[in-house]
Amino acid sequence: MNKLTSRIDKERLLLGIAAPLLAIVAALVITALVILATGKNPGPAFSDMMTYGFASDSQVYILNKATTYYLAGVSVAIGFRMNLFNIGVDGQYRLAAFFAAVLGGALTLPGWLSMLLILICAMATGAVWAAIAGVLKVTRGVSEVISTIMLNSIATAIIGYLLQPGKLAHLYQGGTVVATKPLPSASHFFLIDTGPGGELDGFIVVAALVGVAYWFVLGRTRFGYDLRTVGQSESAATASGVSVKKMVVTSMIISGAAAGLIGMPTLLNESYQFSSDFPTGIAFTGIAIALLGRNNPIGIALGALLWGFLERTTNHLEFQGYDKEILGVIQGVIVLCVVIAYEVVRRYGLKRQQQKVGAELAAQAAAPKKKLEVA
Amino acid sequence: MKILYGMQQPDEGTITIDGEQAVLNNPGDAIARGIGMVHQHFMLADNLTVLENVVLGAEKLHGIGGKARAKIKEISDAYGLNVRPDVLVEALGVADRQRVEILKVLYRGARTLILDEPTAVLVPQEVDALFDNLRELKAEGLTVIFISHKLGEVLSVADEITVIRRGTTVGTAEPAATTPRQLAEMMVGSELPTPATEESTVTDVPMLTVEGLHLGQTDLDGIERVILDKVSLTIHKGEVLGIAGVEGNGQSELVEAIMGMRQPDAGTITLDGTDISRHATRNRREAGIGYIPEDRHRHGLLLEAPLWENRILGHVTEKPNSRGGLLDIKGARADTERIVASYDVRTPGIDVTAASLSGGNQQKLIVGREMSHAPKLLIAAHPTRGVDVGAQAAIWDHIREARREGLAVLLISADLDELIGLSDTLRVMYRGRLVADADPATITPEELGSAMTGAATGHLEHAEDDAR
Repeated sequence: MNKLTSRIDKERLLLGIAAPLLAIVAALVITALVILATGKNPGPAFSDMMTYGFASDSQVYILNKATTYYLAGVSVAIGFRMNLFNIGVDGQYRLAAFFAAVLGGALTLPGWLSMLLILICAMATGAVWAAIAGVLKVTRGVSEVISTIMLNSIATAIIGYLLQPGKLAHLYQGGTVVATKPLPSASHFFLIDTGPGGELDGFIVVAALVGVAYWFVLGRTRFGYDLRTVGQSESAATASGVSVKKMVVTSMIISGAAAGLIGMPTLLNESYQFSSDFPTGIAFTGIAIALLGRNNPIGIALGALLWGFLERTTNHLEFQGYDKEILGVIQGVIVLCVVIAYEVVRRYGLKRQQQKVGAELAAQAAAPKKKLEVA
Repeated sequence: MKILYGMQQPDEGTITIDGEQAVLNNPGDAIARGIGMVHQHFMLADNLTVLENVVLGAEKLHGIGGKARAKIKEISDAYGLNVRPDVLVEALGVADRQRVEILKVLYRGARTLILDEPTAVLVPQEVDALFDNLRELKAEGLTVIFISHKLGEVLSVADEITVIRRGTTVGTAEPAATTPRQLAEMMVGSELPTPATEESTVTDVPMLTVEGLHLGQTDLDGIERVILDKVSLTIHKGEVLGIAGVEGNGQSELVEAIMGMRQPDAGTITLDGTDISRHATRNRREAGIGYIPEDRHRHGLLLEAPLWENRILGHVTEKPNSRGGLLDIKGARADTERIVASYDVRTPGIDVTAASLSGGNQQKLIVGREMSHAPKLLIAAHPTRGVDVGAQAAIWDHIREARREGLAVLLISADLDELIGLSDTLRVMYRGRLVADADPATITPEELGSAMTGAATGHLEHAEDDAR
């Protein structure tokens, strides 16, 4: 009996790993074909990616990138666990980073205090922006997909309006860059010096803590259970006593608050100010990574690292005479393959388990003595 | 059944139709071979007419116009189905809808008909009418496979009976030479229990009092439909109150109102002396309401979650599932093991998903879960629907035991034998009102059936000179 249970579990784990692996292998094969089609040899491209990707400065670069992507992946995953598609993570983090940068530039408090305030400001801004979509959904039935897309545009417009000299921004570098006032150096987040590899963003620690919190809250708390219940079956959640509406708003707020952190590694560890070239579109990467990582905290981390790796190495390919657009091809194909592979594997697993249970019970019925043991 | 209709592929074995071996890869193959299926849950579009529903997906056969209409008329007359092609399906009752389903299948040229639990939703009179239709079909040379849990019906309509238990054929029987009891024993593999309760345990302490419950719903056309109309009832400690009625007459809404899943417009609900009319569902559950929902897949389970997570569902704030704000996974798992053992849930372990259990075992898990939190009131909506006879008996036993321990039980069922057998008091619900009451000790299913169609109201007295 126990043997069978553990076997099913092991199988589930195997199936869980099989899907992303399958997707990545399929993506590599398709990418190789694309490179071949452009008349070049894919072999050296891949080997260059490997050697360059594992150089120590690349590793630091990848980890820094992955920190941001991880936070994006987790913010999106919180929505996914609820069956909410929070596309608005993009607007949420940009608005959050902007206001946090403005606040940070204006503060002249001790470093740790102003950093804390910056983080709180960022999370609150993200939460408020996400809450708008949540409230619209439960009161007016507006699909969160539509409203968050619109809120993204509104966020862009707001930032564009306020990020002007004379409003909340100033001109820097001889008038070529429009940016918010830089943070005083006291409120720079710590960096980890890795020697020749360069400096690792200290914010990676915060990202890891967010991952742990995500795992703990969803898997170990009553609140997390309620949230997952709504995600799996709204009707069952209602019958079990969860207020679905309250849950929609709450999870949007949490997702938005997490989204508020996405811009922080850049702001507190790299740019120290919000300028017109602050990175955009990270949330869409986050969606791909959450899908790839199956909303699992470790899976998302692996996905974020893979994304960072691909970006770093395909950039370098350009110098080897390959087209750098290959990055888009790999990423796109991976996402497509992942979605397909998960569904295939999920169905296969469910069917297999049903067959197993059926077979086990038939065996029990055939041997009535064993049945007594169970009863 | 799914294999016969091509929805699933067998691992081994053959299907022979009309002396010819057939491989059915999908329902299309089955239809091409003349196999048609009438599902337990009707697959009709409410906002289309009967004609449109019938031709939907089979437009190639006779078009969608006059020829199709003529064909429908022809089939309807040939088998006495009495179908009116231009009525909207939403205007039809359950029995009429079922005839449309049968017609749909015949329209596609079926020579073999599979009926899955066709009588589950019908009152006795409608069942008789359905059986007349089936005999008509048989007389015309069609083959009918009639799948049912109800033995009396199988015996009265079938020419040959095959008993299947846990996926294997247990035996075949001639209806003429078999009694329901023998048949049932073949099904369970042992002595058969009956739903009858022994001595009365009714006390005069009211546990649940519902007063003047009213619920209206404005539909798309702006017309207000009354769903619950001044419903009042009292269930005492140790009493099982059964509610009979054709489905869709407000029973589900009554349950949802008591559970707090739906806000009634007026009326109060009192549980054990406390007014819970304004409480949220979770507080009502904590106050001691156990709930066996009528649709366990929609309301009672997380199908893709393991059994132990399903054990937490609905009771996440209570011991042994959580302490403070944290889940007590160890406690929940241990208690799931206990439920699996003492409620005889047949499963290889508590880590398999709920979806992989059979309906009966899913239901036993739900019953076990709801009984594990010392409920004061148990709402059992169709507790044995789609459940095999063995599990049915077990569930009846649990309800009876609960009643002995002073629980109040609200029982809603379409199975009249179950209602009469288990209940201490019977009420009949029709169009949102409790129109009649009856004494389960004397009433017959037929009498109850006629009240369910609205033909009789008030206190139903058993007529001693009844011809039956």
